[in-house]
Amino acid sequence: MEYITTIILGTTAGLCARVYMLRRDYRQYPSYPQGWAIHLFIGFIGAALGSVLVPSFIEKEFSAVSFLLLAASQFREVRSIERETLSNMESNELVQRGNSYIEGIARVFEARNYLAIWTAMAVAIVSELLKFSLGWRILGSAVVALVVILLLSRAMRGQCIRDIAHIEVKKIEFDGPILVVDGVSMMNVGLEAARKRYVECGLGAAIIPKDANAKATLANIGQMQAIAHDVSSMIGVYMDVGEQEYTPLVRRDPDSGKLVLSIIPAHNDKKAFVEAIARVPVLEGAIRKPLQSKAGQMLK
Amino acid sequence: MKTTQAHTILAIITTDKEKVGGGIPIFYANSFEELERKALYLARILMAAIHSMGDGTYIIVKH
Repeated sequence: MEYITTIILGTTAGLCARVYMLRRDYRQYPSYPQGWAIHLFIGFIGAALGSVLVPSFIEKEFSAVSFLLLAASQFREVRSIERETLSNMESNELVQRGNSYIEGIARVFEARNYLAIWTAMAVAIVSELLKFSLGWRILGSAVVALVVILLLSRAMRGQCIRDIAHIEVKKIEFDGPILVVDGVSMMNVGLEAARKRYVECGLGAAIIPKDANAKATLANIGQMQAIAHDVSSMIGVYMDVGEQEYTPLVRRDPDSGKLVLSIIPAHNDKKAFVEAIARVPVLEGAIRKPLQSKAGQMLK
Repeated sequence: MKTTQAHTILAIITTDKEKVGGGIPIFYANSFEELERKALYLARILMAAIHSMGDGTYIIVKH
């Protein structure tokens, strides 16, 4: 029972880390109680593992490391569960997420469990170091937990579209039946009534990349689909099953590398529209950095 | 199970009989209003999109 305080402190801290990170995925995970129960429990297992690791090292039980392998394979399972769930729900989305977005979300869920392990381990180490007084132990653990959680979650926070591009609201126009936003032809809208609705209620935007890296990142099809999905899930979309002409579209201008977006939102508010685009996460799988290669730098 | 092919022309609606032909269901319309109405009905029945060919001919395409 010598290490019980350490284990309790570490596990609690790890669990807190998981709770804190669970709070931030309002848009990535749709279900509340069930999803929470699953992820908190898996987070708890991770936290317990991380905190047990320190006492077992002190006791020179190095085989305890092998349990981490077990945990890693379990957490990989979490990723495939997430992927499966989201892929199964994909056909029921009016505007689909796309495989890249699903993959990104699944990866985040796996990674967060590792963060719970790190937090628990850091707290367990501090708790063992401050063994002389219970007060200091709790205080030190709390401070370290807070710092580690904030640092890790900041490090994990990816970029948003806002960080890599400028967003401008543009008018939707028609060239015959062709829908045009900012000079880019998007699609053929046959029905006169649909064209009228686009002109009256539709919103268009141009997403202009800030540099060559951003340009290459925005060219990813998964990223384009993620923008369409997130914007329509944040400001709503005017369409029903089978109304394909109202599908929000993201297209790329090959000349400048900018993206253009056309949508008929449920709420026509330009500010909210720009904010929705700005907040779309840059997908981990979409990030390209040509500027960091020699050839890319020569292009500058 | 989904059995429809992607990006297929499911039907053609036209006001000009001379301009269309082939093995696809063709619907004739006498006026622009009839053309629009028939296109809308067909698109909703087939859950597909309406595209204009620009000369009084609409095609219904499943994407």
